[in-house]
Amino acid sequence: MAVTVKIPTQLRATTGGLADLSAEGSTVGEVLEAVFSEHGDLRDRITEEGELRRFVNVYVGGEDIRFGEGLGTAVSDGTEVTILPAVAGG
Amino acid sequence: MKGNDRMAVKNLKCKECSTEYELGANFFCAECFGPLEVRYDYSGLNPEETRRRIQAGSRGIWRYADFLPFDGKAGDPLEPGMTPLIKADRLSDRLGTGAEIYIKNDAANPTHSFKDRVVAVAIAKAKELGFETVACASTGNLANAVAAHAAAAGLDSYVFVPSNLEEQKLLATDIYGTNLVGVNGNYDDVNRLCTQLADEKPWAFVNVNLRPYYAEGSKTLAYETVEQLGWSLPDRVVAPIASGSLFTKISRGFQEWKEIGLVDGEHPVFHGAQAEGCSPVATAFAEGSRVCRPQKPDTIAKSLAIGDPADGPYAVVQANETGGSIDAVNDDRIREGIRLLAETTGIFTETAGGVTVGVLKKLAERGELNDGEKVVVYITGEGLKTLDANRDSFALTEIEPTPDSFESKFGQEVVA
Repeated sequence: MAVTVKIPTQLRATTGGLADLSAEGSTVGEVLEAVFSEHGDLRDRITEEGELRRFVNVYVGGEDIRFGEGLGTAVSDGTEVTILPAVAGG
Repeated sequence: MKGNDRMAVKNLKCKECSTEYELGANFFCAECFGPLEVRYDYSGLNPEETRRRIQAGSRGIWRYADFLPFDGKAGDPLEPGMTPLIKADRLSDRLGTGAEIYIKNDAANPTHSFKDRVVAVAIAKAKELGFETVACASTGNLANAVAAHAAAAGLDSYVFVPSNLEEQKLLATDIYGTNLVGVNGNYDDVNRLCTQLADEKPWAFVNVNLRPYYAEGSKTLAYETVEQLGWSLPDRVVAPIASGSLFTKISRGFQEWKEIGLVDGEHPVFHGAQAEGCSPVATAFAEGSRVCRPQKPDTIAKSLAIGDPADGPYAVVQANETGGSIDAVNDDRIREGIRLLAETTGIFTETAGGVTVGVLKKLAERGELNDGEKVVVYITGEGLKTLDANRDSFALTEIEPTPDSFESKFGQEVVA
């Protein structure tokens, strides 16, 4: 299943300048693995020991995946997965 | 001494991995996503000279220019700060404590909340960086402040708020001629949207891409407290926690002045206050964890309703390191706190202040306030902005316009 992964500007140096990546997978974790296999430098920026870094937020269709199943949150064809910094607001 | 010798601002540094960045519109680390913080080099500051310069400075926050993130002279037409610090003996009595309680009434700012401090700094920085449009994600008080300060500075503004916000806060934002955007969602949805837009628009989002500078404004609350206590530190502070930025920056302010030698003494004990209906930081503290699991807010304290607090982990560490705590109170306790403060000090605060006073009361009940110690309670906003919280709470006794009617209702004897 193809989903779109949206990458913030600060990380686009690791994606050859791409803002939107297309990847396959049935969960957020699988999709991110697919993205990392193409863009290896992204892995350490977003994850640490297989988990999302503390200040990385990931949204599926606008909902924070921590309200779902985390990296196990299911994604379907055409879903948008957005990676954003958590340090905004307040 | 040349003016430039005093300018201490240095760069931005990641709080997590220490990667350094130039001073620009940047807020998170590209290496690890950690928050960026403004760094200074205070080695050139002489304490006596600095103190004299502060005392000879302007009336509000710009007297602390040495500790704010600007290369040159900064200011704004609506200078906030130097709000009253009031000794609240009647509140101490009602709480049955021998502690000296002081209320820092930050509702006495231009738009009636502490947000004037952070916004004044952020907008001055936005101008310095050449932005023409400013924006924010807000629970209301920030909306008021951004709209007002943008109007005063002659900048365009976009203010994003949850669409279900209190009418008073919507009205007191739109009046300044901003673009008021009501987002169908909670604050965390608004915040996510603004984080996405900040990546695309050439705008200064005060609490997104300018957040490192914005947050610095809260340090001025600590500086003023020290000055108003005769250049001494309080023993204990009680402050509300939404994102955790205010809570951690007040501490940073005390720390900086201790390091420079502007004030001596023990670092104050920090007590944080949250509403039970949105208490990710209090929950993490209670569980002995640094991880603040996000919550869906459901509380009358909308100005504290941040379910995914950016500085939550740092707030927990700070409460622990100072021997303090982070508590939560329910909506009834919040209303009770608002009334208690009003009845004993003459200050009508908004729901966030009710949360803070509610937690102060809890601390008193638990016997955590010691006789003779100075406790500073930070009241961050104005009661007239959250009238819904106290709607129908008042008693109005109707009478006819005659003395008899008055006496019949109030049962007093007419003195001949």
